[in-house]
Amino acid sequence: MNGTEVVFVVLSLLAVGSAVLAMTSPQLVHAALWLVVTLGAVAGCFVLMTAEFVAWVQVLVYVGSVVVLVIFALMLTRQSGRTTAEVTGNRWTAAVLGLVAAVGLGATMVAGFAGERIEGRRIGTAASIGEALFTDWVLPFEILSGVLLAALVGAIVLSRSGSDR
Amino acid sequence: MSLLYPLLLSSALFGIGVYGVLARRNAVLVLLGVELMLNSVTLNLVAFDAWFADALHTGQVLTLFTIALAAAEIGLGLAIVLALFRAVRTVDVDEVGR
Repeated sequence: MNGTEVVFVVLSLLAVGSAVLAMTSPQLVHAALWLVVTLGAVAGCFVLMTAEFVAWVQVLVYVGSVVVLVIFALMLTRQSGRTTAEVTGNRWTAAVLGLVAAVGLGATMVAGFAGERIEGRRIGTAASIGEALFTDWVLPFEILSGVLLAALVGAIVLSRSGSDR
Repeated sequence: MSLLYPLLLSSALFGIGVYGVLARRNAVLVLLGVELMLNSVTLNLVAFDAWFADALHTGQVLTLFTIALAAAEIGLGLAIVLALFRAVRTVDVDEVGR
């Protein structure tokens, strides 16, 4: 086990622990903030897997905007004076299904890819990813901007108040 | 670095996300679980891209697309949750289903 793997395992434990806290915390805002820790640790894992540009996009988009959106939504939908349990009645079914998904996927990965190693021969710098994005992947990239525009218009239409619709 | 570490991490995160989607009462936190599952998928994509040393960087470009789609999804999802909150004054998935 070399240094990279030690750092990766530490970041993995951080990501899994904070993800468990994000999914079980009774405080709603705390759950969103624990998700920040998870997403930041996953960004660190991206750096260790030689994907530095993707790591920075992860920090910018997920940590910077998605979590802020979630916290805004939590504040806007706060129900005053009612304290309900934060988990549904079928939490044990959910826990079993989550465990089955994780163990099943993990066993498949171990069976398929044990012994394979990441050599880091092609670093995902901003230059190389940008070149790939704007030469080989330019058509999907442009279509994706159309998807984002459609999502933007849809979100505006959905969040207009009902009187003038 | 062994390929198994990122793959096992992504399996664990996916399982936790499944639990969050199924067990949370608050609809906003259900969306948070979906984000966690999407993030475990992107972890897999980056791991296989680095392992395969792909000349087109397919995995990492697809990761960028997935991140953009996740941003669009959370924007639309939260707009739907806010519309639901205006209609029935609750975001509790148990009460909404009743």
